[in-house]
Amino acid sequence: MKEKSGITGGKVAVYVILILLSILTIIPFAWMLSASLKLNKDVFAWPMQWIPAEPQWQNYVNIWTKIPLMKFISNTAILTVVVTLLQLLTSSFAAYAFAKLRFKGRNLLFLGYIATIAMPWQVYMVPQFLMMSGMGLNDKLLAMVCLQAFSAFGVFLMKQFYDGIPDELCEAARIDGLSEYGIWRRIMLPLSKPSLATLTIFTFVNTWNDFLGPLLYLHTESKKTLQLGLRMFIGQYSAEYGLIMAASVVALIPVLIVFLALQKYFVQGIASSGLKG
Amino acid sequence: MQKTQTPAASEAVIRSRKKREVAKNLVAYSFIAPNFIGFAVFTLVPMVMAIALAFLSWDGSWKNPIEFVGLQNFTDLFQDAKFTQALFNTIAYAVITVPLTMAASLGLAILLNQKIHARNFFRTMMFFPYVASMVAVTAVWNMLFNPSMGPVNMILSGLGVENLPRWSADPNWFVCMGTVILFSIWKFMGYYMIIYLAGLQGVNPDLYEAAALDGANPWQRFWYVTMPQLRPTTFFVTVMLTIQCFKVYDIFLMITNFGPGGKTRVLVGNIYEAAFTSRNFGYASAMAMILFILVLIVTLIQFRGEKSMNE
Repeated sequence: MKEKSGITGGKVAVYVILILLSILTIIPFAWMLSASLKLNKDVFAWPMQWIPAEPQWQNYVNIWTKIPLMKFISNTAILTVVVTLLQLLTSSFAAYAFAKLRFKGRNLLFLGYIATIAMPWQVYMVPQFLMMSGMGLNDKLLAMVCLQAFSAFGVFLMKQFYDGIPDELCEAARIDGLSEYGIWRRIMLPLSKPSLATLTIFTFVNTWNDFLGPLLYLHTESKKTLQLGLRMFIGQYSAEYGLIMAASVVALIPVLIVFLALQKYFVQGIASSGLKG
Repeated sequence: MQKTQTPAASEAVIRSRKKREVAKNLVAYSFIAPNFIGFAVFTLVPMVMAIALAFLSWDGSWKNPIEFVGLQNFTDLFQDAKFTQALFNTIAYAVITVPLTMAASLGLAILLNQKIHARNFFRTMMFFPYVASMVAVTAVWNMLFNPSMGPVNMILSGLGVENLPRWSADPNWFVCMGTVILFSIWKFMGYYMIIYLAGLQGVNPDLYEAAALDGANPWQRFWYVTMPQLRPTTFFVTVMLTIQCFKVYDIFLMITNFGPGGKTRVLVGNIYEAAFTSRNFGYASAMAMILFILVLIVTLIQFRGEKSMNE
């Protein structure tokens, strides 16, 4: 053991560094919040006022009429819910077969997933767009569902989890007369809550924040997602600083809530994907 | 099978076994089908199409002919100054961003791996930029770094800095690139911090004790105990970060808008432009193949590295 004074001195330094770094990390968000309550002319006033003397709550009212924000939010919410549900259902379903059933072509099919998991979507977005347009999916929210609901990542994550559940459990259930679907429904799903939570938060955040996908496919204003709408707003009213910041805060809130509620699973998910490599 | 069975009986057994085998396969396929069909149609097929499209010339309209042009798209690429610039920028962005982000996230992970109060609170704060909407955070970033009114330049001018940088609009390539890189580090570091934290959990604490007994100072302990133990994690982080940098699009679009004067073009920006502005789909796909090759090289290095680490 070292001397006590060294330890406390080091600890103090660690705290000081951490507090400074956290402030630096969080300043953009604090500034966003502060600016969202200001008049445009006061946003860049210097020296700056962190807490506005007269908070402009009106900004948070005006954004809803300046752009169809409600429409953007409901589009994004519908999309996110549908994609997340499909992703959870189909991924855990497929992962069960890959982890617990022996069948012809298992390794080959799984290789299809593994081989493409690192391939960025940007590599094949162009032919995918041509194909989807050919299917009449251009400018349809359904295109975004098709794009995001069937990921290799989901299957991989769920399979990793199911691999850790002992085969004997399934064997015993089979002897008890449970069908494979029954095993999935009554044993696997309840046991895999943590990894389902991980997949939920990943899919939710990705779908909610996706920009390039909607940019390619959604053109009509009434079909745009929140990110596209926010970007359009910034383009149209580039000098409405207060309103832009208010709309940005609104766009961040759902992710903030989900993130704070489920962050434990987020961290677990990243950690396990990192350890496996 | 028992020897006493008659041939007919054993045939029946084999047949029923086969039937059961088929049924078993069908059940398994029914589990996989909902995901696999979607995955095959919307991911695997476009991937194969991407390769084919790179050798074609097509404007995307079914009325117009699709021409096979061989390697023409690729030879055109390397005579296209916009492309070589984008390729250079993409690689330069990755080469600078990857080590800086790694250093930042490893430093954070080491700080936050200690037994301190409010550890989870700090981790949450550091992580939040990663999940925050890109559109929203680039909007605030652009205001903070606004050349004429932004608080960053206000502080700098208060400190007596003359010739204030114009950040994302600076004519100097290093400054506008640097603005994007600074943003990227801020946005990504929390994510890789988590991966490093997981890696640090795997470091054997006995090794630190042994090193301390041998009189190693903290710096030596970091360099000779922590770093070698973190090698697999570092490797994984390098690969992930590099791929993330190669496919960058939205950060550049929203911060520099590939400017000033196209100075900060990147690969995916050019792919987007070629496909959706010029409707030159074959050419866009040829660029996508270059991106594919870049990612493939990184992935192959990863495979080799993992192999050598397991040996």
